[in-house]
Amino acid sequence: MLDPQKIKKEFPIFNRKINGKSIVYLDNAATTQKPKVMIDCLKNFYENHCSNIHRGIYSLSEEATEMYESCRKKVAKFINAKSEKEIIFTKNSTESSNLVAYSFGDKFVNAGDEIIVSIIEHHANMIPWQELAKKKGAKLLVIPMKNPAKKDYSLDLGAYKKMLSKRTKIVAISAMSNVLGIKIPVKEIIREAHKVGAKVLVDGAQSAAHTKTDVQDLDCDFFILSAHKMLGPTGVGILYGKQELLEKMPPFLFGGSMIKNVTISKTDYAELPEKFEAGTPNIADVIAFEKALDFLEKVGLKNIEDHEKKLIKEAYRVFSKYKEVDIFLPENLESFGGILSFNIKGVHPHDIADIFNAENVFIRAGQHCAHPLLNALGTNSTARMSFYMYNDFEDIYRAEKALKEVIKIFK
Amino acid sequence: MDLYSEIILDHYKHPHNKGKLKNATISVEEINTSCGDSIKLHFLVGKDKKINKVTFEGAGCAISQASASMLTDKLTGKSLKSIEKISNEDVYKMLGVQISPGRVKCALLGISTARKALLKTKK
Repeated sequence: MLDPQKIKKEFPIFNRKINGKSIVYLDNAATTQKPKVMIDCLKNFYENHCSNIHRGIYSLSEEATEMYESCRKKVAKFINAKSEKEIIFTKNSTESSNLVAYSFGDKFVNAGDEIIVSIIEHHANMIPWQELAKKKGAKLLVIPMKNPAKKDYSLDLGAYKKMLSKRTKIVAISAMSNVLGIKIPVKEIIREAHKVGAKVLVDGAQSAAHTKTDVQDLDCDFFILSAHKMLGPTGVGILYGKQELLEKMPPFLFGGSMIKNVTISKTDYAELPEKFEAGTPNIADVIAFEKALDFLEKVGLKNIEDHEKKLIKEAYRVFSKYKEVDIFLPENLESFGGILSFNIKGVHPHDIADIFNAENVFIRAGQHCAHPLLNALGTNSTARMSFYMYNDFEDIYRAEKALKEVIKIFK
Repeated sequence: MDLYSEIILDHYKHPHNKGKLKNATISVEEINTSCGDSIKLHFLVGKDKKINKVTFEGAGCAISQASASMLTDKLTGKSLKSIEKISNEDVYKMLGVQISPGRVKCALLGISTARKALLKTKK
């Protein structure tokens, strides 16, 4: 059990009042708010440890290097990687998926090969593969939903199994949809892909802050996430890859830090993980990310998951009372996380979000970087509430108040 | 909320000049990349370059739809060149409500589409 009121106190932003009223933040799928310990750590780095890493023979640089590498160990533990060499720091999960599409794609994907994604993918895990397919003359196959018109948003795994063949080189799949909140059975998807020798990248940008990740148990080949969606700072992403795979892959970006020896005619590249971290990385933010992970562990992912389950059930109960509201969730919420997408008959989601904003209830409206999914759902856009550890029932009732206002204005 | 004035809601619920236009001389489309909404404008322009009729198609928020609806009223009977003289400020004045930065693109979607039509005739 977690106490959202107590947790809220750890996040300075909730001290803010706009027009005299407290704020209700329900856009956690876009980015989460930041705890004070993480913000303090950022400030502390710049005030007390600022220096570049991996090169200085002086105490400041040695401290900074140790702090930076300490986060790598922490991330490895957090997702249960075998070794911290398998953890690459990037700038966000979009860069992580691009790294794999470029590097793995360059070496292992050829004309006539096939790449599989699903219809629920965020553009970050769709467009890099579309581009790779185009570049290599490979084919992009898309796993559909079972029956979105009847609110069965689960992926059609029967269709998926039929797509798999020796031509399949990589399957790129989200663990959780950023629009629908549905949790995807990635373990089964991975098992099936491995039977035909395909590799699997799991996009954990949406899942990693809400449910436990165990890359060894999943047996995924790659796992990507974004720090800012899990209490961390913006500008840090993670790529996990199995060591033997990362070792076979060529570097993605070239320059300083990723080399062993350079002559005019030839360069020997550094070992993992430096091979994939060219240039000065986002040192301060990586270091602060460790504090975010500590915070997450202290609260407990199981507690977060249980809390969000309560919130989504209450939000569904409250919003489904209104006949004008169409909710993109089935009645059985068991395989869904804390995301509720909805539309109101005759009202555009932008207008919904604007009226919610007047009540200081911050929600997202639009296409959520998932155009193919929105098309498959048969809608141009949706309004979306996404919950996190610091939200409570009161936030849902404030949203309900705003909902009533929308209905009143547009009746 | 002040943004949703009676006049805006009225244009949204009962848009003027909405639909396709047979024999249109110019048709243009513009997309609001922030939300994916689109507006199509169809003009029937006479030999004297006067807009005899203009209609719009599209789905979108109250602001973009009301703005397009009001704009078609404003342009009917005017010369095509008069589009040039309509500034963003004129559009805000026409809407008669405070437009926040987040809604600027919605408010201006109609006029941007009309400007595209004018550009097309200049080519």
